[in-house]
Amino acid sequence: MKKLIGDVDDVVLDTLRGMAAAHPSLRVDLDQRIIVRADAPRTGKVGLVSGGGSGHEPLHGGFVGYGMLDAACPGEVFTSPVPDQILAATTAASGGAGVVHIVKNYTGDVLNFQMAAELAEDEDIEVVPVVIDDDVAVQDSTYTAGRRGTGATLFAEKAAGALAEAGGSLQDVAAVAREVNERTRSFGVALTACTVPAAGRPTFELGDDEIELGIGIHGEPGRERTRLRPAPEIVDVALSAIHEDMSLSGSEVLVLVNGMGGTPLMELYVAYAAVAEWLGGHGVTVARSLVGNYVTSLEMAGVMISVLRLTPRLTELWDAPVETPGLRWGR
Amino acid sequence: MDTRRWIERFAELVAADADRLTRLDAAIGDGDHGANLNRGLKAAVEALGPDLPPGKVLMTAGRALVSKTGGASGPLYGGALRRAGKALGDAADVDAAALAAALRAALDAVQELGKAVEGDKTMVDALLPAVAAYETAAGDGPATAARAALNAAETGAEATVPLQARKGRASYLGPRSVGHLDPGAASTVLLFRALADAAAEE
Repeated sequence: MKKLIGDVDDVVLDTLRGMAAAHPSLRVDLDQRIIVRADAPRTGKVGLVSGGGSGHEPLHGGFVGYGMLDAACPGEVFTSPVPDQILAATTAASGGAGVVHIVKNYTGDVLNFQMAAELAEDEDIEVVPVVIDDDVAVQDSTYTAGRRGTGATLFAEKAAGALAEAGGSLQDVAAVAREVNERTRSFGVALTACTVPAAGRPTFELGDDEIELGIGIHGEPGRERTRLRPAPEIVDVALSAIHEDMSLSGSEVLVLVNGMGGTPLMELYVAYAAVAEWLGGHGVTVARSLVGNYVTSLEMAGVMISVLRLTPRLTELWDAPVETPGLRWGR
Repeated sequence: MDTRRWIERFAELVAADADRLTRLDAAIGDGDHGANLNRGLKAAVEALGPDLPPGKVLMTAGRALVSKTGGASGPLYGGALRRAGKALGDAADVDAAALAAALRAALDAVQELGKAVEGDKTMVDALLPAVAAYETAAGDGPATAARAALNAAETGAEATVPLQARKGRASYLGPRSVGHLDPGAASTVLLFRALADAAAEE
């Protein structure tokens, strides 16, 4: 394992130290391990909190700021945060109008956020959880823990954050996050595995000419291992899976071509060219797009494509001003 | 039954086996089970103040596991121990019958939280037969009952190998989860090995 780190046990703490130093607009509490907007809590504004394992940066801490999250709670690498930590983030975000939890659908995240929500209710903070599950690679929810939360998390945090900033009610902010989730599908492909620092070894092994189709964001292998193919063919697999699950024909979409952490932007643009061509060929209008590393899996090489079928209101919420370390426009 | 010794022994066994648990988890999950449980149990042992009654020991350890472990195993193991501790109440002494009831409460907590049933390839596949075996053998005393529970947990864990996972992160792999021992079932075996060791020491 070759990593740019100090003490392997302090990776998450050192990351938070760096974020605190680099982004004075954020309040980083190293004891509670939470990242909070400097002006939170804002009285009367619905609070927006998310969190999950570390290793997905800039998700979630990098999306704390104006127009997006009020607080984030990063767990250990690929490990959900603990209830006390989620409660601390919830309390920090609470301006008296309730708090929405954006939770990615993983057993650990769901359980820990559920426990934290109960603790928050004891402190008279109303919490509405929204579970994100946009990954089409997991097929049959009767026989699995259900679809995973991936790229739609970013979309939901952006839309809900914009609505909360505009004074939306607790129920409306939660509803728009749910709407975004229902209108988004994602599919990921890995070219390499990644190494959790504490484990020291890659989570799986891939040959030079092999790829994993249908990966999640925790270094877990996908549904199927196949030969490496040219980018347009890989993009076709991903978009076909998405299109089969939720027809895209005739719709206006927001597309995220998301790097998993170890793929150069150059290759992401190669992929995006194929995405744009594929969508154009299937009668889909790309109204908005985002290319880059936003929901990562440490140093994994690969790409995850997320498509959101927009409505005029969702486009407005996407375009609304945002000022966070990870996303910044219009302000 | 010395529940403090049980938890301490569980922490020792997990520390010694953390790498193996993590390797099992890397095969079908995300490779952090050993490290997480080890961190949580260290915190649990540290949280145990002096002179706690047996039930309080389990509740304190459970709370620490929930607070420090993260992942699914924190709420699941922590919730299980807390519920078991609650079942023991303030009693100063715990016999096999009381512990059998506590173990049943722990199993209920895990199934309520995780919604897993037998055959889903989870910790329930080791926990459920172990609890049943303990109940059946409780009349023969804590040491015999704990040994029977350990045997049942081992058999149950081994039986997860050919199963396809239907809960937790391994379920994302579909048929590719077949042929691997479930890491949660493996750590549950350690929970019962610790119980058997602690009971044998008495």
